Amino acid sequence: MTKLIIDGKEIDVPPEYTLLQACEAAGAEIPRFCYHERLSIAGNCRMCLVEVKGGPKPVASCAWGVRDCRPGPKGEPPEISTRSPMVKKAREGVMEFLLINHPLDCPICDQGGECDLQDQAMGYGVDTSRFAENKRAVEDKYLGALVKTSMNRCIQCTRCVRFSAEVAGAPEMGATGRGEDMEITTYLEHALTSELQGNLVDICPVGALTSKPYAFAARPWELGKTQSVDVMDGVGSAIRVDTRGREVMRILPRVNEAVNEEWISDKTRHVVDGLRTQRLDRPYIREAGKLRPASWSEAFAAIAAKAGRSDGKRIGAIAGDLAGVEEMFALKDLLAKFGSANLAVQGGDAFDPALGRGGYTFNPTLVGIEQADALLIIGANPRKEAAVFNARIRKRWRAGGFKIGVIGAKADLTYHYDHLGAGAETLADLAAGKHSFADVLKNAKHPIILVGAGATSRHDGAAILAQAAKLALDIGAVKDGWNGFGVLQETASRVGALDIGFAAGKGGLNAAQMTTFGTLDLLFLLGADEIKAPDGTFVVYIGTHGDRGAHRADVILPAAAYTEKSAIYVNTEGRVQMTGRAAFPPGEAREDWAIVRALSEALGKKLGYDSLPALRQAIFKAVPHLIRLDQIEAGTADQIKALAGKGGAPEKAPFKALIEDFYLTNPIARASAVMAECSRLASGQMLTAAE
Amino acid sequence: MSVRRLAPKEVQPASFAFTEENLAFAKQQVAKYPAGRQASAVIAILWRAQEQNDGWVSEAAIRVIADMLDMPYIRVLEVATFYTMFQLAPVGKKAHVQVCGTTPCRLRGAEDLIHVCESRIHHEPFHLSKDGNFSWEEVECLGACVNAPMVLIGKDTYEDLTKDSFGKVLDGFASGNPPKPGPQNGRQFSAPITGPTTLKEIT
Repeated sequence: MTKLIIDGKEIDVPPEYTLLQACEAAGAEIPRFCYHERLSIAGNCRMCLVEVKGGPKPVASCAWGVRDCRPGPKGEPPEISTRSPMVKKAREGVMEFLLINHPLDCPICDQGGECDLQDQAMGYGVDTSRFAENKRAVEDKYLGALVKTSMNRCIQCTRCVRFSAEVAGAPEMGATGRGEDMEITTYLEHALTSELQGNLVDICPVGALTSKPYAFAARPWELGKTQSVDVMDGVGSAIRVDTRGREVMRILPRVNEAVNEEWISDKTRHVVDGLRTQRLDRPYIREAGKLRPASWSEAFAAIAAKAGRSDGKRIGAIAGDLAGVEEMFALKDLLAKFGSANLAVQGGDAFDPALGRGGYTFNPTLVGIEQADALLIIGANPRKEAAVFNARIRKRWRAGGFKIGVIGAKADLTYHYDHLGAGAETLADLAAGKHSFADVLKNAKHPIILVGAGATSRHDGAAILAQAAKLALDIGAVKDGWNGFGVLQETASRVGALDIGFAAGKGGLNAAQMTTFGTLDLLFLLGADEIKAPDGTFVVYIGTHGDRGAHRADVILPAAAYTEKSAIYVNTEGRVQMTGRAAFPPGEAREDWAIVRALSEALGKKLGYDSLPALRQAIFKAVPHLIRLDQIEAGTADQIKALAGKGGAPEKAPFKALIEDFYLTNPIARASAVMAECSRLASGQMLTAAE
Repeated sequence: MSVRRLAPKEVQPASFAFTEENLAFAKQQVAKYPAGRQASAVIAILWRAQEQNDGWVSEAAIRVIADMLDMPYIRVLEVATFYTMFQLAPVGKKAHVQVCGTTPCRLRGAEDLIHVCESRIHHEPFHLSKDGNFSWEEVECLGACVNAPMVLIGKDTYEDLTKDSFGKVLDGFASGNPPKPGPQNGRQFSAPITGPTTLKEIT
């Protein structure tokens, strides 16, 4: 530890701290533009100047280590002042220089009201400028569909350059020219390709990079802010939903060190316009092959008529990627009253909830990746299936001493890896110790075996899962204090569904069987759009968007999207989280659990809860760990042993990439024009890459 | 200095390939640095590309070098636009004149030389003359202050210039017989104009 005196207060900080960190630890506020905790240090904005006693001039605290400070003549700790007249004058000088070329267009700038430059000019600047020359003018750059530029405002902090090179792993941003003529751009203004590019807007301290879809849409102070959780992938990033009136205007990340740090993917951020379009706002009934608007009671009557005629065993339910725990639990209860255990969550056939959650969650936890020293990715593309988590894998990889092997389709994951093979036979080789990577895993202290949906979504997924679990046990990935077997679930609903047992029960059918012709009379789709319902089955679609599921449906019951309800979601590591209601469902749409509850009464099988708290009581009684919000009920080694014991013989076919189009994976994203534009840009890039 | 951009598409060649000799040079440069640090060779290789490509760096060359060194394109573009001695647009086929315009040369008549460039080559820097053989620019100090004013053409400096002698230098390049580099007023290197004053005797 190093002793320092900061503003007359003695403080002890670790020797690797920078002065800026030390000053913050001492409670002093240091203004900054270029410095960002999660990026490398540039030290070029000079806003963080502080006075070190004995030095001739102020120093940039962000780039000055505490161990570089000289002690006083009698060995007293170095004295730092953050409030001295010298510091005040230095800050005013820096501020004046920064504002020399910064336009005075705050009234029409989208960053207005949440602008670091604006705030710090108020806090540390002076009211005038002595600059009488012409201001520098910079042409705006094209950076793709999501980032709008206004380059006159750029103060060249280079945060965006560092972010794209370091965190996003797509080093596309750069600074051309030099001095006053330095310009931030991409190579010949090609569109950005990163799936994390939306974060550039957040890290830009001024209004140079702003959100294109949100341009001139609203002012920060007129928005209602609701803390919530993202459901676009299995990571469950912490988000803030900003609304004006009934409308969701934008989605921003919240800091959650355990999950998303402070990044979110572009799908999470820019899916907003998908919440407005293609919405189901009233019930529909199919009559003579055509869907017609109906009232709730008509719709319920149609379902009741069908349910009354069918055997309970021939009723089933499949939950989609965005379903919350509450509605799945209610639907499960309803089907149980019919004596049916035909339950499935999309892509969940390979998992057996009876074996315990160790078999279907990411046991090492998302933060755990930073401890790991070897990683085997089986049938997954984390970049597309969990973009923010992929950034964390990259962060770990950049720190060094981290070997990564991939079994499955080759892809650009933004970090270097050994491609071991394409399919299950490589996994078998590895398990038999025939592959050199097996030694890497065996010698690692904290190895991680990551199984993705490319493997588990296959019909032999259970066998692959068992084999992977066996491999994890064989190489010693599951031991005291470390559980290195993890399943990367790419959807928000799956872990929650498996937790409450929303999967084929005793004698029940799984999703593959339910979608086979002739097995069911009545099928409930809880926002399930990725499956094909068989002909001849009466399909009830409870969902939000007029997408594939709704097109096939015989009765449509309009429900609430994730921003319109408070629902429990469990992320891929098993963390229980709750969304907050930011807006109301459109038209006659209702919250999903309430639909199921109302339907139960119409079917004469009334469920025993009349309110959301009562429903949650029932859930917590059945599955106690769901009550512990933001916590993880860890999977155990025994559960993985049980999984490994299941055995099975995987087929030899190579693992396919599950997500072909990152931007169009769920009904909300498919309704979004912004996502469509991103998808078009991305596919265009793929075409040129293939040429 | 002005904003440095790549030349417009119309003048950019579609492709660029190093000659065998230059490729060998590039490999030798890369070999100077530890494995994984091949990007350090970028300036040397860009310079060779400029020499090979008639004195300027084309967009295709930037891509070729980036691929060769496993760098993102933007990183090579950053380097090429940062260093002003990389020419980003075609320069005169016979000579690209770099006139030193820093204080000592200014005091000794660099302005005259610039006027000569303006009248004989093009009234603006970085533009080709009508026949495409010449171009010029003003640069910062080239380190020959004692022989001011001076210009740099290719790899050679022409020093102690006047309006007339500079004109002759340009004539020489135009006719294909460049004059001998160095002082153009008969002076021996940077010795006094009147001849050496010290170290005259060999003991």
